Amino acid sequence: MFGSSQKSAQLAEEVTDFTAVQGRSLWQDARTRFVQNRAARTCVLILALIVAFTIFGPYFAQWNNEEIDWDIMGSAAERGMPSFATGHYFGVDDLGRDLYSRVIQATTTSLLVGLVGAAMALFVGTIYGIISGFVGGRADNIMMRIVDILMAIPTVLIIILLLVVAGRSFFMLFIALGAVSWLSMARIVRGQTLALKHREFIEAARASGVSEITIMYRHILPNLLGVVIVYASLLVPEMILAESFISFLGLGVSEPYTSLGSLISEGAGTMAYGTLWQLAFPLFFYVTIIITMFFIGDGLRDALDPKDR
Amino acid sequence: MIAYIIRRLLVAIPTILVLIIASFFLMHFAPGGPFTSERPLPPQVLANIEARYGLDQPLWKQLYDYLFNIIFHFDFGPSFKFKDRDVNDIIAQGFPISLTYGALSFLAASVVGISLGIAAAIRHNTWIDYVAVGLGIAAQALPNFIMGPILILTFTLWLGLLPGGGWNGGQWQYLIMPVIALSTSYMGSIARITRSSMLEVLNSNFIRTARAKGLPTRSVIWRHALKPTLLPVVSYLGPVFVYVLTGSVFVDIYFSTGGLGQAYVGSALSRDYAVLLGVTILYGTLTVVVNLLTDLAYAWFDPKIRY
Repeated sequence: MFGSSQKSAQLAEEVTDFTAVQGRSLWQDARTRFVQNRAARTCVLILALIVAFTIFGPYFAQWNNEEIDWDIMGSAAERGMPSFATGHYFGVDDLGRDLYSRVIQATTTSLLVGLVGAAMALFVGTIYGIISGFVGGRADNIMMRIVDILMAIPTVLIIILLLVVAGRSFFMLFIALGAVSWLSMARIVRGQTLALKHREFIEAARASGVSEITIMYRHILPNLLGVVIVYASLLVPEMILAESFISFLGLGVSEPYTSLGSLISEGAGTMAYGTLWQLAFPLFFYVTIIITMFFIGDGLRDALDPKDR
Repeated sequence: MIAYIIRRLLVAIPTILVLIIASFFLMHFAPGGPFTSERPLPPQVLANIEARYGLDQPLWKQLYDYLFNIIFHFDFGPSFKFKDRDVNDIIAQGFPISLTYGALSFLAASVVGISLGIAAAIRHNTWIDYVAVGLGIAAQALPNFIMGPILILTFTLWLGLLPGGGWNGGQWQYLIMPVIALSTSYMGSIARITRSSMLEVLNSNFIRTARAKGLPTRSVIWRHALKPTLLPVVSYLGPVFVYVLTGSVFVDIYFSTGGLGQAYVGSALSRDYAVLLGVTILYGTLTVVVNLLTDLAYAWFDPKIRY
């Protein structure tokens, strides 16, 4: 007979007290890695501050972005500098428009352009790539040839062409940016799908009678998401850059709306007259957004795709 | 290898053909034409002009003539806007200029970018690394169209060292600023790609072996690490070459260099479809060729790749 001691009872309890080991999903792992990345964390914070500024900034504005300060108009270099007395926190441009309101409006536009452009690439490119890779065979061949042909036209040319042919508007700008950004996404997704297609778990799913479409979105899509998200986050600054380039050419959004790219090129044009604030404020927001997006993209890549460093 | 090149060229021809046809239709369905103006022309005049450019023909006939002239006469037709020039003239005038500073910028971006990246990777986590990374990010984040005015302001207005614009037959003083303005952002991305690729290579087993058998660092890097490092860089350089050539748009505007970019944007805004089509086709063909060259360079850099 075994004597029963407190110790053995405790031991027995410990042995029988079986709690399942908490599994860690890929996403939890990724989140931990991302949060531990100090540069990426700081950049998310800065970006959040900028977004907050675009949301709450207008409440502090004393001038609307369409209003013209007739007093200052024409003498921006002497009296248009940033000041609290006139209510132009960021100064005015040479037409007497308040730069504070215009910068807020421009930042909103640029952020939207970046996000919408990347989102369009995400949706169209992913769907196209999965179908092409998963269906395979002749369909794959034709679909990828189409991508090759579209890729052969330089990006800027496609955008200029579309904007000139269909006219300038917000909507068309998004379409034009989306039209060029999904191509490389489709290629990446197709490559990943091809690699996944012959793995055992897909075969197992098929053997247990899962339909092809369900396999695509239940089994292939989740395994792609890491790569796709990383690439999409790197696309955001690229889209903002492309839009600035287009605005610089005078094909971007039209007045009174503006974007950081057009404000910068305007500021660059008037720099020689001594109105440096016209360049400094938009450039500051622009560079900050681009740099934070770079670091966030890098952080996401390290978090979601640890082997690809 | 030869078979592969021939096969690629055979695929390239239909690609370019589809490109031409697609752009042709896109432009013909666009609203507004080169001859629409605020004061509408009398219908007889318009009919005469259209007959002169063959625009009164059915669309398929226009396309057929256009393709026929390109393939057999290498003639892209007359410009709609400039009465006495045809598209070939405009391209022949602008393209050499774009190509000159484009190629120089490409060279500058790749040489400086790759050296910077390698230096940063070899001296990982030292001040050299931090400076290189900082420069790379700054160069990438500063849009290249902002470099133009900044350079003009410093070197022309303040220092008075360089001419503010013009081409002057490609004299070196006229080349410096366009090349700097065009190359910096690509320099930045090339440096970043090279650095991360080099770091990965330096951590791999064969480099450890090379070090273990006592090779000096110099030859480890030159003989063993360089080629695999450059593999991802080369795949990025192909597109960069095309970007640099099309990026001439803003250089032409700021520095009045008179390259093809100016002609392209000008023709897009004035709806000179003939020039627009010609330049699009030229750039598209160039892209196809550059992509082919990139793939061939791949084979040289990575002996594992066989075609």
